[in-house]
Amino acid sequence: MFARIVKWDYLALVARNANANRWQKISSALIFCVIALGSFGASGVESKVDSKVDSRGKIPLNELGQEVIAPPAATSITAEDVAWDAGGVIKISWQPAAGITSATKWIVERSEVLVDGQGSGQGSGQGPWTLVAEVPIEEKYAVASKLSPEASYFFRVTAVSPNGSSAVTTTKSAVTGHWNFFIGAKLPLFCAILLVSACVINFILAARRGRPMKVRRIAALEAIKDAVGRATEMGRSILFVPGIQDMDNIQTVAGLTVLGNVSRTAAEYDAAIEVPTSRSLVMEAAREAVQASYLAAGRADAYNADAIRYITDEQFGFVAYVSGRMVREKPAACFYMGCFFAESLILAETGNSIGAIQIAGTAESSQLPFFVAACDYTLIGEEFMAASAYLSGEPDQIGSLKGQDLAKAIAAIVIVIGVVLATMAVIAPSGPIPAALAWLKGVLGS
Amino acid sequence: MKRLVPMWIAIIAGFVMLLSAFFPITESLGETVGDVFNVVAAIAFILGAGSLAKVNLAKISRRDQGWGYAAITLICFAITLVVGLGKIGVPPNTQFPLLAWSGEKNADGSIFGWIYEFALVPITSTMFALLAFYVASAAFRAFRAKNLEAILLLSTAFIILLGRTFAGVVLTGWLPDWASGLRLENLSVYIMQVFNTAGNRAIIIGIALGVTATSLRILLGVDRSWMGSGD
Repeated sequence: MFARIVKWDYLALVARNANANRWQKISSALIFCVIALGSFGASGVESKVDSKVDSRGKIPLNELGQEVIAPPAATSITAEDVAWDAGGVIKISWQPAAGITSATKWIVERSEVLVDGQGSGQGSGQGPWTLVAEVPIEEKYAVASKLSPEASYFFRVTAVSPNGSSAVTTTKSAVTGHWNFFIGAKLPLFCAILLVSACVINFILAARRGRPMKVRRIAALEAIKDAVGRATEMGRSILFVPGIQDMDNIQTVAGLTVLGNVSRTAAEYDAAIEVPTSRSLVMEAAREAVQASYLAAGRADAYNADAIRYITDEQFGFVAYVSGRMVREKPAACFYMGCFFAESLILAETGNSIGAIQIAGTAESSQLPFFVAACDYTLIGEEFMAASAYLSGEPDQIGSLKGQDLAKAIAAIVIVIGVVLATMAVIAPSGPIPAALAWLKGVLGS
Repeated sequence: MKRLVPMWIAIIAGFVMLLSAFFPITESLGETVGDVFNVVAAIAFILGAGSLAKVNLAKISRRDQGWGYAAITLICFAITLVVGLGKIGVPPNTQFPLLAWSGEKNADGSIFGWIYEFALVPITSTMFALLAFYVASAAFRAFRAKNLEAILLLSTAFIILLGRTFAGVVLTGWLPDWASGLRLENLSVYIMQVFNTAGNRAIIIGIALGVTATSLRILLGVDRSWMGSGD
């Protein structure tokens, strides 16, 4: 500590100065000796001091040998389980000390207490720590997420400045994130699903009671018979690609529902259909769908299981096979119904180059422009999802489409309300309107 | 019965997955359903490999046109399968140096890793690179000014293309500050943030509602066409 107070450069200057008197030179030499003797025990003294300050940011002196001032530690820290969550979120709050402005950020860390009580925290909060978050110095809280539910944790916070780190402030006891019955943050989403479901079920029941339902004409679905008929007339095959994702993707399921209809038409017209798949499970499901369609059309003998084949899971390997097949076999009609990514344009452009009539459908909004540019007909988003109901013509399913339309109308009303509120909030920046807008944003944002 | 059992499995699994998204107590059930799906998909892979072998062997035996490619496919499939399952050339894991099979199948030095790195990746990259040419040909066709809508599309695309390159900055950089909104780079941002975002969100809202309605039809057993006919 003495070395920090007495400046080395001042002492050296005095010792070298020819104008200094004898007493000044003698006193300088004595001070040098004291410092030199003191330096033997300096490391022990400094480590003791530093252990009180910080175990990581040991920056007691800067490059000029000047003493640096670490920021003050937080005066208190609390952690609490977040209510209505899945048990994996804990909120940590702290109170900064005065003079904290010299610091730039807070480092928040956690230490899990294991079940046997001998965990990394060891009951004192010391031990190996894991970073939770680095937050700006203005913040007074952080949220630790993705924690193990029902596990206990210690938390600590450290203020960090360019001059070093403050002392750590640790929670006095471990905090446990508890399971909750319902995830509260998802309540608006849950209500929205219930509302849409209520609309759909209501119209399904109305359709069963005999209420007439009218659905607008969808050109792409009307063109299916034309495309299959064209393939039959030309004596060429039909290619159906149900996307590149597995059966756990709703778009693949929607694609297979269209496949059922296309294959039934193909069976009735006696046209050959080929279905390359990039997932084994999709191959099996497609075989079931096509076989059932051939049976329904009374053409069970014409069903060929090998026409529905697995190619590869590899995205561009699959594209290479399908593109090559298209160029060699020149199918008269190509259907792309399912989940597609970068391969959408390669397939559609290849189909375009061979002069096939092409009908595509996907819910991947980023791929829709490619299909629109290269295909004759494209089912855009919800049209694709409605294809099965539209093609079946069953009152139940048509009713579900009307319910979907009602939900869409409700969404449109909410959007209009949001636009009006946002506009009014600009005109009147204070009062109940901005509060209502913030509430609406919060509900929709969650 | 053949339709009824899969339908009920789908209905139960679907509801479990739905509930697990909102009720933490059912979260583990949802994970179990996901695990079951992975197991079934893994078993189905055997069927897929069988289909691949059957189709290509039939092509070779019939001496169909291009049967040589079928032979190459099967040979490559067999080689990759053997070196992958047998972990040929895989160095043991450093934690278990005495266990020859403890390493990762695609670790450095393994034949499987070599095939992936120096055969599969270049080939798939080549296929991906074709996309650039297809984008050009599709854009050429899409942007032909056939009618008013096509002219609007072409004009918008022109602004976006110029606005995202230095050409846009050079062409309209001279505009004064009060007219900076008309600079191509700013127009480009405006079109993407306002018109494009609005249109995209409309499509996404429609998709979300469509997904909900489709899922509900399947969960309620109203739509059974994914298993074949609805009969």
